[in-house]
Amino acid sequence: MAEIVIRNLRKEFGSFTAVEGSSFTIADGEFFMLLGPSGCGKTTTLRMIAGLELPTSGQILIDGEDVSQLPASRRDIAFVFQMFALYPHMNVRRNIAYPLVSQGLGRREVAAKVAEAARILGIDHLLDRPVGGLSGGDRQRVALGRAIVRDPKCFLMDEPLGALDAEFREHMAQELRALHDRMGATTVYVTHDQLEAMQMGDRIVVMNHGVIEQFGTPRDIYDKPRTLFVAEFIGSPPMNFLRFHGAVAAGATEVAFHHIAHPVPALREAFAGDMVYGVRPEHVRLADDAPLRAEVIAAEYLGTTQIVTLRSAAGVIRARIASDRAVRPGTSAGVAFDGGRVTLFDARSGRALRSAHNEGVLGHG
Amino acid sequence: MSATSPTEPGARLKLVSGLLVGLYALITLLPLLWIIATGFKSSADAIAYPPKLVFEPTLEGYVNLFTTQTRQTPEMLAADPPTTWYERIVSEKGMVIAGPSRFGERFLNSIIIGFGSTFLSVFLGTLAAYAFSRYRVPLKDDLLFFILSTRMMPPIAVAIPIFLMFRTIGLSDTHAGMILLYTAVNLSLAVWLLKGFIDEIPREYEEAALIDGYSRFHAFVKVVLPQAATGIASTAIFCLIFAWNEYAFAVLLTSGTAQTAPPFIPTIIGVGGRDWPAVAAGATLFLLPVMVFTILLRKHLLRGITFGAVRK
Repeated sequence: MAEIVIRNLRKEFGSFTAVEGSSFTIADGEFFMLLGPSGCGKTTTLRMIAGLELPTSGQILIDGEDVSQLPASRRDIAFVFQMFALYPHMNVRRNIAYPLVSQGLGRREVAAKVAEAARILGIDHLLDRPVGGLSGGDRQRVALGRAIVRDPKCFLMDEPLGALDAEFREHMAQELRALHDRMGATTVYVTHDQLEAMQMGDRIVVMNHGVIEQFGTPRDIYDKPRTLFVAEFIGSPPMNFLRFHGAVAAGATEVAFHHIAHPVPALREAFAGDMVYGVRPEHVRLADDAPLRAEVIAAEYLGTTQIVTLRSAAGVIRARIASDRAVRPGTSAGVAFDGGRVTLFDARSGRALRSAHNEGVLGHG
Repeated sequence: MSATSPTEPGARLKLVSGLLVGLYALITLLPLLWIIATGFKSSADAIAYPPKLVFEPTLEGYVNLFTTQTRQTPEMLAADPPTTWYERIVSEKGMVIAGPSRFGERFLNSIIIGFGSTFLSVFLGTLAAYAFSRYRVPLKDDLLFFILSTRMMPPIAVAIPIFLMFRTIGLSDTHAGMILLYTAVNLSLAVWLLKGFIDEIPREYEEAALIDGYSRFHAFVKVVLPQAATGIASTAIFCLIFAWNEYAFAVLLTSGTAQTAPPFIPTIIGVGGRDWPAVAAGATLFLLPVMVFTILLRKHLLRGITFGAVRK
């Protein structure tokens, strides 16, 4: 097991820059998520860690050793592909045994390790089957078996649940996380699914256009987004963005737009210009006496909560409130915000302004 | 109403399409059947008019194909009666066998040159196609077009330069020369066909093998080649069919040692009159190797011809 250090990693394909100067450290035994929309450079980053792409510049250290120019076969890592990439002409047993054969282990030792891996994953009964006839979940387990069988320095997974049915994905996600907790292996996991990242990851890197937008725990990334992109990408429904033009002073606890003062956490910097007032749906309250008036457009029932969509002078706002409260479309309501959890953004650069709420996270950027 | 699936054709349509396929098969197979039948006819039956559908089969054509004969006087024939069945067939015409014909040698030449050039084309083609498919080759598209362009001109257009080159460097009428020539002609087809097949194999298989600790060459041999077997088999069939049937270069560049069967078979006509049964026997035997090879690989061939038609 090993720590992975990424330093100023950069990858260009011709004139296109896929990854721009990334730096981060993945702790030993961590379940680490690379999250972002397609084309953001997350898979390229993973493939560079694996050695399937060589970086244009920068360093990758696995367990203290600079491997950035080593071929994949000499990095001692395991990779789980989205399409599983099981060798189609081999049965399950030979698929799992294949990485051991390259290490020149004896027949008996190989058999014992394959049996152990198959037992952990609950696929002992499939060992002599061809991989062609297996279900998606079983293929996934075989792919995992091929990864865990030789005890590599780390596991790299490229959207391993992407090819599974929705209902099965949930189950497999839990299985993966349980497997990780049991083996304690450093795992780097690429996904575009923010829920999957939040659910499984110890820490998350959010990437966009080859640039790291934010690096932190799921809770920090959700509550204290560094940029508008992160705020919008994480969370469903996404954060509400109310755009306005104005000026704030350091230490201010209120901002005024559309003639109403709205609460914000104590600001640590002054700013003037176009701003975005960002508030999560669960930090929006319906209060009859609130000065910001809005018309209810729709209410989506989600069991314990409901998502209420409102149209106000400041823009469309979505609120997540308890489902026992009756809200009828067409009626009018007052809207208030939980000021302590709000993030203000510079609208032009997308950067979050520092405040009492997020200074701990933004500080060590 | 019958309980068939709506996408399944009705019984009458099936009957009509069955008849059409049968008719088409008959039309395409008729010349083949005619050649095979003629091989077993006597010289008289072969040119009979109206054509004889029912005839007494004889191996005369095959015996003539494999032997050279001379006329003998009846006294000598009586003095030295035939001992084997083929000597008996020959003696009925008042002839004796003088020795074997050259057909066996020519047939063997065809096998050496046909299979040799097929092996070489597929071997080199697979390596080149893999490189074109997987590596960033400078000027890749131009190179591929250049390779394809060698197929655009009729090969016979370069026959004279090749004839002169072969004569100068001593490749005329040699097996190596013919293998090289057919490989050169087939290689463009092989590279293009195989590149298509290898492009279809997901790179992840090799990447998985690289990560599992194998070299790229090992990944190629153990993971890519088994996946490309279908493509390799159908490419081999196409290459063999070309090299096996090639006539023009064979006539021009070979005359003795390395002469293949196609230029040899017509020469049978001239020996001892128009011996159609012998020609037909030669043609029948000539068909066999490609037929056997194709039947052995036919599962792959079908998949090879239609590959890419349906996305899996």
